[in-house]
Amino acid sequence: MSLTADEVNKIAHLARLGIDKQDITSYTKDLSGMLDLMTRMSELNTDDVEPMAHPMDQSQRLRADVVAEPNNREKFQAIAPQVEAGLYLVPKVIE
Amino acid sequence: MHTKTLTELSLGLRSGAFSSVELTQTFLQRISQHQDLNAYITVTEELALQQALAADVRLANGTADCLTGIPIAQKDIFCTLDVKTTCGSKMLDNFIAPYNATVVEKLNQSGAVMLGKLNMDEFAMGSSNETSYYGAVKNPWNITTVPGGSSGGSAAAVAARLAVCATGTDTGGSIRQPAALCGITGLKPTYGRVSRYGMIAYASSLDQGGPMTRSAEDAAIVLQTMAGFDAKDSTSVDLPVPNYSAELNNSLAGLKIGLPKEFFSDGLNSDVAAVLATAIDEYRKLGAEIIDISMPNLKLAIPAYYVIAPAECSANLSRFDGVRYGYRCENPKDLTDLYTRSRGEGFGKEVKRRILMGTYALSTGYYDAYYLKAQKIRRLISDDFKNALAKVDVIMGPVTPTTAFGIGEKMDDPIEMYLSDIYTIAINLAGVPAMSIPAGFVAGMPVGLQLIGSYFSEDRLLNIAHQYQQVTDWHQQTPNGFE
Amino acid sequence: MEWETVIGLEIHTQLATKSKIFSGAPTAYGAEPNTQACAVDLGLPGVLPVLNEEAVRMAVIFGMAIEAHIAPYSVFARKNYFYPDLPKGYQISQMDHPIVGIGHLDIDVDGVTKRIGVTRAHLEEDAGKSLHEDFHGLTGIDLNRAGTPLLEIVSEPDIRSAKEAVAYMRKLHELVRYLGICDGNMQEGSFRCDANVSVRPKGQQEFGTRAEIKNINSFKFVEKAINHEVERQIELLESGGRVVQETRLYDSVKDETRPMRSKEEANDYRYFPDPDLLPVIIDEAFKAQIKAALPELPQAKKLRFKADYCLDDESVSILTASRQLADYFEAVYKKSGCEAKLCANWITGDLSAALNKAGLDITDTPISDERLSGLLARISDNTISGKIAKQVFEALWQSTTSADDIIAEKGLKQITDSGAIVAIIDKIIADNPGQVEQYRSGKDKVFAFFVGQVMKEMQGKANPAEVNKMLKEQLKG
Repeated sequence: MSLTADEVNKIAHLARLGIDKQDITSYTKDLSGMLDLMTRMSELNTDDVEPMAHPMDQSQRLRADVVAEPNNREKFQAIAPQVEAGLYLVPKVIE
Repeated sequence: MHTKTLTELSLGLRSGAFSSVELTQTFLQRISQHQDLNAYITVTEELALQQALAADVRLANGTADCLTGIPIAQKDIFCTLDVKTTCGSKMLDNFIAPYNATVVEKLNQSGAVMLGKLNMDEFAMGSSNETSYYGAVKNPWNITTVPGGSSGGSAAAVAARLAVCATGTDTGGSIRQPAALCGITGLKPTYGRVSRYGMIAYASSLDQGGPMTRSAEDAAIVLQTMAGFDAKDSTSVDLPVPNYSAELNNSLAGLKIGLPKEFFSDGLNSDVAAVLATAIDEYRKLGAEIIDISMPNLKLAIPAYYVIAPAECSANLSRFDGVRYGYRCENPKDLTDLYTRSRGEGFGKEVKRRILMGTYALSTGYYDAYYLKAQKIRRLISDDFKNALAKVDVIMGPVTPTTAFGIGEKMDDPIEMYLSDIYTIAINLAGVPAMSIPAGFVAGMPVGLQLIGSYFSEDRLLNIAHQYQQVTDWHQQTPNGFE
Repeated sequence: MEWETVIGLEIHTQLATKSKIFSGAPTAYGAEPNTQACAVDLGLPGVLPVLNEEAVRMAVIFGMAIEAHIAPYSVFARKNYFYPDLPKGYQISQMDHPIVGIGHLDIDVDGVTKRIGVTRAHLEEDAGKSLHEDFHGLTGIDLNRAGTPLLEIVSEPDIRSAKEAVAYMRKLHELVRYLGICDGNMQEGSFRCDANVSVRPKGQQEFGTRAEIKNINSFKFVEKAINHEVERQIELLESGGRVVQETRLYDSVKDETRPMRSKEEANDYRYFPDPDLLPVIIDEAFKAQIKAALPELPQAKKLRFKADYCLDDESVSILTASRQLADYFEAVYKKSGCEAKLCANWITGDLSAALNKAGLDITDTPISDERLSGLLARISDNTISGKIAKQVFEALWQSTTSADDIIAEKGLKQITDSGAIVAIIDKIIADNPGQVEQYRSGKDKVFAFFVGQVMKEMQGKANPAEVNKMLKEQLKG
């Protein structure tokens, strides 16, 4: 199964992943190879099989509604690329 | 001192034969002597000595336990408070973790001494530790070969006696495969046995942290501390932790061992097969019964895994965007540029491949054919294990098709690299526990034997491994130059 | 061409939990930026979500209140997209298995009751906030709000006019406040409405292409935004154009909608079940527990008030506007032992006026139901007149003492001794012969003068009915 460079570019944009022009070909080849691997799955009929999202047959545990986290802004923002007045800064967002 | 096992060292420390500070200094010196292995990304010398001093106090006043004072190392996938945590990636090269992973917290509380953070494949994606931003790790048995991955640094460090034991993580074989290639003991616990809080996520429904040690006896001690319910992890299982060391000496008479025929077909190097056959013979001598079984859906494990893992990781890695932490590109011209360049420059090729694959598999029109299909295959594989383990007590097989391959040998063909995960991947899909133990050598390179058990049977597995290690000495071998 | 409007509303309600849906950080509004965003809310590497039981409970309460199907098994899914106020690069929401299924809400428009279907309601986490005030050309991100629990309520496209839309929105607003699951504060963003609007030729079965209008934060704007959008679409279609499926933002200043940029390009959310969370199981026992604790719903309460208290519609409407006010009324009714009408009048009248003036809600009333009851009881038993009661009310508002204490302290007891009243009346009559003459010659209006004089002399402390009776007697001459 072959992907086109165009498709790869679209996926890369969905994932916000910068890919160098010269690498597009090799990524396209690699992904096409992975997809070939996937086609093996279609050989098996799984119509009556329940998908398995988790190994354990467990249900979600619920947490009591209590405030348990103190303000730790100093520590968390010490590792931030750009902060000002307690806010994380990013290039202007146009709405 | 560095040649002793954890068990022996623990006894030595508690009897006062030597101090934790002495022991820690010994390992720190060895680490600096063997930097060419590239097993460590960060060595935390000051912190280690501080912890060693504190451990010595506990050892003196009788409040020490098995791990107190023992120099260990953490795979750089576990967040360690105030210590650089990179996950083998440029994306986190500047990341000083502001909190401790639960596993780290538990090991710290037991008094273990952290020597440093170990090299790994970037974001745990790889089977050779060649995708790390910090360069490849070398296999101490032959430094032109790979140690395996993604816990390559952990395996190499333990094999080269640069740490008494290490933590690793296993999503598709990342503890077991490097353990096999480096001749050490590695255990991937049942999914949910060890907390994932603070363990940087690759594939959430497959990841598990576990011990990498020189013996099953040592692994039992480390797992004892690592395991346990964590309220911060919704997928953590609330079951009591048994005493893993208590069952080590049970007899194996009557043990039913299943050998899946799908594991012993072509693809497995014949020399490796021969080593494993000898190992299985040892089990016969110990009183086990060998039964041939079949697990027909195993062949679909690789395609299923390479849809599920990339899909989950594509979402897990979306948080790396240059906004709150980690790598940010220079002078982003707008938001899209910030994202695409930070992620494009911060992530390596293998990570990008898997993110792209995962994004594709989840995208509109492909979800049913890929992701949903893979989850169905997963159910079938899991059923295969359930059925098999209803008939036998443990399943055995190879860990890797060959011994360690040369550095750079498989980098050009990622698909071939994926195919070498053939024996380990199905285990993660099912969530069952498994171990790799040293079973012999081929041309001087280690071979691992895989033991797979039913859910929460880690104590049984450790027992089965330990009995083998009582009648063999593969696990006691040391690579040349690291004695 | 006759056009029919088709509207579906998606309303995001912030659930009034103390902590976030997946972490233990606080949800209180108005904190300094990023002081309520813990490691989980920031999406630090390695963190994991754990579900808040109160959010689940509140969702189930809502489901029961709209008679909806409560899913015994529901799943959280990741909705993937990139935006700086979304730390993980995905929002944890629900896709295929929402916690609440099909239900309904009845609305009243121009005296006609209409049933609006609710397709589903699901739990999800809120995103942070972007501040576009200039940080030298950059945008500031505050993640305090990230992780606040939301219940997204989706209506069927059963709404046929802006008026109906507002009625639905108001009903829902009242309901969630009644249930105590959301404070409904639209200015603070606790209750946000998105409208899906389309038009079709009357009689046509298929729906027209719809446009989504986002983040309308008042009832007034909903009506304007929808009407404007309907006009826009009709104009477009009538001039031969096509309606584009897009998201539009309502500009209240210009009273127009305009297309939104950036967020909506490439809408492939790649939903898949979140592997960090397990399916939520809601069993019969849990549901029974919640059902037992379900408060009386607004509609039922209104009917009961009308029947039991025989109050007029307007009074009922005001008193049942909030659960707290209704509870206050019933407490006063019980404790005072007075007639419902008296209680209602004082609460909808003097008390409400005073609260409004002071900018307070009934929950912060300085006059407790106990103390107000004390006052009403004294009116009822004629200890004080209605006029004096207003003085006592003022005093109650300023102090913490009881009505009785105030009456005693200020000597406000009504004079009922007929002898004393007659004496005063006689004095007034003696002092005002001219007016007496006028009254006796037929000028009835002068009677009011006498009443006024008597009341003034008695400092208002007379029972008006008594005064009237005796005055008439004495003036007969």
